Parts: sequence; structure tokens; C-alpha cells
Amino acid sequence: MKKEKSIPGPVSKAGTIPTRMGTWSTAKPVLKGKCTFCLFCWVFCPEGAISQDEANRKVTFNFEDCKGCGICVRECPTKAIEMVEVEGGR
Amino acid sequence: MKLKDIEKEEFYRASYGCAGCAAVLAVRLTIKVLGKNSVYVVPANCISTVSCYYPQAPFFVPFTVMAFAATASACSGISAGFKRRGREDIHVVGFSGDGGTADIGIQALSGAIDCGNKFIYICYDNEAYMNTGIQRSGLTPYGATTTTTPSPCFENRPKKDMLRIVAAHDIPYAATACSSYPLDYMEKVKKASQVNGPTYIHILTPCPTGWGFPPDETIEIGRMAVESGVWKLTEFENGEFRTTYTPKRSRPVSEYLAAQARFRHLSPEQVAAIQKEIDAARD
Ligand SMILES: Cc1ncc(C[n+]2csc(CCOP(=O)(O)OP(=O)(O)O)c2C)c(N)n1
Ligand code: SF4
Ligand code: SF4
Ligand code: SF4
Ligand SMILES: [Mg+2]
Repeated sequence: MKKEKSIPGPVSKAGTIPTRMGTWSTAKPVLKGKCTFCLFCWVFCPEGAISQDEANRKVTFNFEDCKGCGICVRECPTKAIEMVEVEGGR
Repeated sequence: MKLKDIEKEEFYRASYGCAGCAAVLAVRLTIKVLGKNSVYVVPANCISTVSCYYPQAPFFVPFTVMAFAATASACSGISAGFKRRGREDIHVVGFSGDGGTADIGIQALSGAIDCGNKFIYICYDNEAYMNTGIQRSGLTPYGATTTTTPSPCFENRPKKDMLRIVAAHDIPYAATACSSYPLDYMEKVKKASQVNGPTYIHILTPCPTGWGFPPDETIEIGRMAVESGVWKLTEFENGEFRTTYTPKRSRPVSEYLAAQARFRHLSPEQVAAIQKEIDAARD
């Protein structure tokens, strides 16, 4: 495993080394259709793997954290997100 | 509260939880409301198990793993300590499962509410002892199979009503919630954080692994639970119960039951009996 820098917490200077769960997923979400910036995908993502670009409001996926559960795909009201298979897993 | 106003920073992210875990989602949303000025007490359960792979952790706020029975007493003590040091601005939060709340930790919870120190106790309810392999708990609903209540001798006892149990203590604030209704839940956490005393929130968190449904259905299953009347979103304040959300449509409970492997063994007669009970509770 690649050695990661820890992020100091509010109490402990030793901090926390984030876990990287992206290797679990066999498929990843990709924004393909029309996004209305409703943020449903963002609020429901259990991993906190979705963020919104402050400038253009676009939602982006952090594939280091995304487990490919598919919740964002299912909960998007405009069906803008699609699940794309990752060849040979990740 | 609106979605766009919610804290964007993530304080709990990428745990070792199963894909689609609503309990993990509940922790993430909780810390978004309370922010960095909060500490967490977690006993043995899925959340502590999926969060403690030293030196990695998905928590970006302080948390401690507590003995199973002692969540609420630990919260009460930590809270008293903060008060002594003049740090009442720090929120103390217990995050316990259904087994850790309704069975193993109920005595400490009762005692801590009685003590009156300020803390928020959150019970995330996945309706069984999931972390140790899906054993039944006092909150496993009637009809569900678990590894200790396999079909045909499935769970034949009703679910304990934790909200009424804590309300009987004259607790200043208590509520039920569901992970499929994040704004309703987060408003309740906010409200609890403003109360100067013990508070209790019981959030239903569907579990794809233990309930038997695909991970992408987690939110839909929770919605079905509320729309079918299996689970209600309520609040207890000033001695009175209040419904905080009434579903816009109502669904038959058969849809909710059919979507999960743990109920698949139920006969049409048993499903009808469950429906009858829900209808009776509605009127
Ligand atoms: C005193 C004690 N008894 C039993 C256990 C084993 N144990 C660890 S986690 C767990 C299940 C917890 O169930 P619950 O509180 O519902 O949380 P979940 O795992 O479902 O999230 C059990 C029985 C323990 N750690 N300590
Ligand atoms: S697939 Fe699941 S983990 Fe990945 S971004 Fe969507 S909701 Fe989050
Ligand atoms: S749920 Fe769909 S429409 Fe809403 S912000 Fe996400 S991608 Fe955009
Ligand atoms: S068993 Fe259920 S509650 Fe536990 S981590 Fe998996 S999905 Fe979450
Ligand atoms: Mg449980």
C-alpha cells in the first residue's frame, strides 16, 4: 500500500489516515445526462464520494472513495448518472 | 434546512462498511449537522467495526469505542466532564445499534436519561445484530428471519417501541427518523443539539447485507418502510408526540416485504395479518 500522509484532527495531532475504498467497486458512476443540480445524489452517497464544483455546480465523483453501490444512479430524478463497468475490477 | 445549505465538508467518509450501508450514511449526515465540535461514543457494532482499522479511520472528529452496555453512561460522563471544564459547546453523541440500545445498553440509557446530563443518543436501527452475523434483537420486526430465527420458526415477537420507552422517562426531546429522509433527520439532530439535557433519536437504517436487497435499493427500501406505515417519522417534545412527515402516497406492506429476502418465506395470510396490524395502528 502507498504510504499516505495523515490529516491532523481537531484533537489528535497524529490525525487520521483516510481509508481508500474505491478498489472495491466493479462499476463506477458517470454523469451522462442532464443534471439539475438537485444534490440528491450527493446527500444520499453513504461514502461522501460526491462533491459539487463551486464554480460550475457540476457534481463530480471521487473514485478513491466510491464503492459503486449505485445509490446515486437510482436516486437521480433525471436519470443523469449511469453505471459503467470497470474492466477486470479495479 | 435546505440541501444546498448543508455543510459540504465530509467528516466521515469511505468506511469499511458494506456498499450501500445506510448506517454509514447516518453517521455522515449526523456529523455534517454537528460539525467539528462534536465527539462520538460508539460501542461494539457495525459502525465501530467498519471504522477502526488502525491507523486508518473514516472519522475526522474524535470518537471512542465503548463497552457494549455503557454507551449512554459514557456519554453522560463525558458530558459532565466538558461541563466542568466550561466546554458545554461540544456535542457528545452516542451512536449505538439496535442491539446495543434496546437490549444490551437499555439500562445505561435509562440511567443516563435520568441523570439529566446533555448528550444526544442516536440509535441506528438495522433490526438485528448485524456485525456478528445477523442475530435477532429486541428490535427485529415480526416475521423477519435472522440466523437465530431462521424460517420456518421466524421472529414471532413484535418490535419494542423505543420511542415510547424513552418518552416514559419524560426526556426533553426524542424522535424517530429514517435515512431515506435526510432533511427530516438532520433537522431533528439540530433540534436535539439545542436541548440542554439528554435527547434520543432513533433512525431506521436499511441494511442490504442483513435484510437481503441490492445495495442501490437502500434509500428506496427506507422510503417503502415509511410509505407502507411500517415506520413512522415522529417527535416527542413537551410531553407530546407529533408526526413530522406524512407520506404523500401509501403503499401496501406487501411491496416492502417482497423487496427483502428476510421476509420472503411469509405466506399471503401472514402478509395480510401484518397489513391488518398496520391499518389498525393507523386509525
Ligand atoms: C458484551 C458484549 N457482548 C457481545 C459482543 C459481540 N458483539 C459485537 S458487535 C455485536 C452486534 C451489535 O449489534 P447492534 O447493536 O444491533 O449493531 P449492528 O452490528 O447491527 O450495527 C455483538 C453481539 C460484545 N462485543 N460485547
Ligand atoms: S456509487 Fe455509491 S459510493 Fe459511488 S458515488 Fe454513487 S452513491 Fe456514492
Ligand atoms: S441527482 Fe442527478 S440531477 Fe441531481 S445533482 Fe445528482 S446528477 Fe444532478
Ligand atoms: S451489515 Fe448492514 S449495517 Fe453492517 S456495515 Fe453492512 S450494510 Fe451496514
Ligand atoms: Mg443492529
